Amino acid sequence: MRNKHATQLIFELSRAGRSAVSLPTADVPQQPVDQLIPERFLARTAPQLPEVSEPEIVRHYANLSTLNMSVDTHFYPLGSCTMKYNPKRNERLASIAGVVDVHPYQSESSLQGLLRIFFELQQMLEEISGLDAVSLQPAAGAHGELTALMVAAAYFREIGDNRTKVLSPDSAHGTNPASARMCGFDTVTVKSTSDGFVDRDDLISKLDESVAVLMITNPNTLGLFERGIAEIADEVHSRGGLIYLDGANMNAILGITRPGDFGADMMHFNPHKTFSGPHGGGGPGAGPIAVAEKLTPYLPVPRVARLETEEGYTYRLDWGQPRSIGRVRSFFGNCGVLVRAYCYLLTHGPDGLRSVSENAVLNANYLLSRVKHFLPVPQGDRCMHEFVASAAQLKSDTGISAMDMAKRLLDYGFHAPTVYFPLTVREAVMVEPTETESKEMLDKFAETLFRVTEEAADLLHDAPHTTLISRPDEVTAARKPKLRWQPSAED
Amino acid sequence: MSYIYNTPEDQQAMLEAIGCGSIEELFAAVPQSLRLQRPLQLPEAMGELQLTDHLAELAAQNRSPADTVCFLGAGSYDHFIPAVVDYVGSRGEFYTSYTPYQPEVSQGNLQAMFEYQTMVCELTAMDVSNQSLYDGGSATVEGVLMSLDVTRRRGRVLVAESVHPEFRQIVETYLAPLETEVVSIPCPSGVIDQRALADELSDDTACLLLQHPNFFGCLEEVHQIVEVVHAAGALIVSVVDPISLGLLERPGDYGADIVVGEGQSLGTPMQYGGPYLGLMACRDSFVRRLPGRIAGQTVDRRGNRCWVLTLQTREQHIRRDKATSNICSNQGLFALRASVYLAAMGPEGMRKVAELCLQKTAYARQQIIESDRLEVLFDRPVFKEFVIRDRENAVEELLADAERAGIFAGVPLGRWYPDLADCFLFAVTERRTRRQIDRFLQFVSEHTTSGVTHAK
Ligand SMILES: Cc1ncc(COP(=O)(O)O)c(C=O)c1O
Repeated sequence: MRNKHATQLIFELSRAGRSAVSLPTADVPQQPVDQLIPERFLARTAPQLPEVSEPEIVRHYANLSTLNMSVDTHFYPLGSCTMKYNPKRNERLASIAGVVDVHPYQSESSLQGLLRIFFELQQMLEEISGLDAVSLQPAAGAHGELTALMVAAAYFREIGDNRTKVLSPDSAHGTNPASARMCGFDTVTVKSTSDGFVDRDDLISKLDESVAVLMITNPNTLGLFERGIAEIADEVHSRGGLIYLDGANMNAILGITRPGDFGADMMHFNPHKTFSGPHGGGGPGAGPIAVAEKLTPYLPVPRVARLETEEGYTYRLDWGQPRSIGRVRSFFGNCGVLVRAYCYLLTHGPDGLRSVSENAVLNANYLLSRVKHFLPVPQGDRCMHEFVASAAQLKSDTGISAMDMAKRLLDYGFHAPTVYFPLTVREAVMVEPTETESKEMLDKFAETLFRVTEEAADLLHDAPHTTLISRPDEVTAARKPKLRWQPSAED
Repeated sequence: MSYIYNTPEDQQAMLEAIGCGSIEELFAAVPQSLRLQRPLQLPEAMGELQLTDHLAELAAQNRSPADTVCFLGAGSYDHFIPAVVDYVGSRGEFYTSYTPYQPEVSQGNLQAMFEYQTMVCELTAMDVSNQSLYDGGSATVEGVLMSLDVTRRRGRVLVAESVHPEFRQIVETYLAPLETEVVSIPCPSGVIDQRALADELSDDTACLLLQHPNFFGCLEEVHQIVEVVHAAGALIVSVVDPISLGLLERPGDYGADIVVGEGQSLGTPMQYGGPYLGLMACRDSFVRRLPGRIAGQTVDRRGNRCWVLTLQTREQHIRRDKATSNICSNQGLFALRASVYLAAMGPEGMRKVAELCLQKTAYARQQIIESDRLEVLFDRPVFKEFVIRDRENAVEELLADAERAGIFAGVPLGRWYPDLADCFLFAVTERRTRRQIDRFLQFVSEHTTSGVTHAK
């Protein structure tokens, strides 16, 4: 139960002279600071950080935490984000000494266990992707997209092929076109058909020798396995282009089909989704990429290599890639997330992983079968791991929008689905139940969603009613941004 | 299959409700020709006990500061993390939630973000902060990219050679497909060569990227540098070590326009280099070009103070290819940990921890000046690390021997600076003790070739 006496801003709890730490005095001879650092470099004023005691900090944040919905506490069917259960063993194992406390510039000989983890993870991701080589360096899915596009750009530069465009479907996640732009490409949008697939005619009309890459999501953001994916890939390849596979939806196809086998030349994984890394209120993630052989020389460095010696295997960092694009972040990668992914993969094994996808798809189809009767799912009555319903009809009939439904679900103790994405579905309600929910939970959710559609629109416009706050004024927030606390102007 | 609820009976009931004969049929949209016709070739499943033993065995093949005295730094530091940081960071309501798209059920995260932004602004003396980028290196390149947008100058960016070599490499990698030239500013005496800087500034220069304290640990003459760079109409993108800001003048006060840095020192474990925390703050006037999530204060329909994600028209999910960056998932958990760390330290704790680093570093430096084998390379004020030259020019052996003796003695510099192949970088955090420093010097004196008189 929230204690509102502890959830003021931490700055408002601050009292001069309080502190939560007591640091030792230096055990070396002390010199006056200004003899070590000339006056001109020293701060004249201290940062006004809060001054609080340790119990206050605990109470403040413990109470704040209760204001969040989370996977540990709620059903969280946020489409596209794969909010599955975050196994506690992975948290523990990523925090053991020798994993959590190692410095990134330790010698390779002092890191053999960790390097082995990353080598084996590279191998596992190669196998799952059906591609030839993996870089674990990128820090999130979007970062993986950008990295892979840089790899593609380097490849085309090297073969002397000047290609300036990246195609992506209108249903693609916003990171796809944003990554293409950051990499210096012009982005061209490919239309979707009304049943949710890439419009082949539109694609072909835009496909020429200036197209470097088609970025495609499969299963796509509507939760559909892209019809004719292999033929699409053939068409792009026949024009000399490459296929990038946005792997955010790998949860649907683990062990069923592999991107490399359906035509992808490169892809990213989102281990924080597919392999159950917790999302941390926004992050961290990781964004390992897998690529086909001809792109391997351009991957970022280092990757982990394995050598066979008399005593067995040794692992080392391989820097020897003269054609590498270089680096996209400092140090090795988001290792803590990668270790969790490794633990997840070992926990499941080949059969377990396949079963993850089977049950993710089963759960999504079951929920779809229950929801479609009162909320149309324009793209048909089968899906992969998620589906996108539309509240467009409901809205014109009753005034209840996707947003209203999302907000009202919060009152009933469910996190809202993703709404208004993908952009190709009007009043989109994107539901991804994941495999780590029970039939009972899906039933309750479907019943609640139905109940919401039957409620009075006026009630819903003001929802949620039971939460601490409701319908914040986002327009004012953006027009008159107040992005930090100020001591004077407080209310 | 530890995390799946569905029993065979559940599955059967669900399939019936769907009107489908088998799970296999649910995958009908995946053509047989594209199916994997064999099991994935992966290790067989392990139970929790087996997995725990397996990880323990792998971890035992690593060494770490838990068993080896650590003088490694160069962007990742062995600072102490108060238990309260771990406690808050391991609350499931924080670490198993996601981006606060629904503010009504995310006020905990949003308020914590707003507090974080305020603390970063205080620490850097900047107007606005975002809610984290991936790490110091990617934050650095985002700062550089932002300077191109803000100044509308796309000709060149100047990068001091005293900036972390990996950060510079990232800048090169990101700018390679774009038209902007990356020009290195030499730092022959450990800091920016101001004459070279003045020569390279031009009216199409977007920014100077500097680091202060720099990669070598030295303090840059920021006031003079800021003056010439601003006079040329370019911006200062400053890479900071947040711990140093307990003592050093804050970047906003010396005139930095964009501040970036690695926030790992603020309560994030070293974990072999990530996940870390990309810090980024800037002037008010640039806020609409700032990448990443930002929390803002507003009121709800009943007039209650509350927080939301704001200025979202900068972001990829709204603006797609016109967004300021492609970032989506960030490092929220480590921003939270940094807030808890900063709240626990307070202004006084930050000053103390910075001073402990400074005093211990000064002590180590003084001892090394007196050593026969080693010398201190740059005669400049330093904060918590510095460059050591090995007069015997055998850095690799020295570091390997030290490691065998239980000491991670430093980061060799030859990989990035061929001229400094006989040098290594030595960092001293508040966790190091006088005994550990003395032990290192004792080790060095035992590993000094006798009879050779070194020119001092
Ligand atoms: C389809 C899709 N692509 C890409 C991304 C970007 O991944 P990340 O948030 O890890 O950068 C997401 C995540 O939100 C996604 O859902």
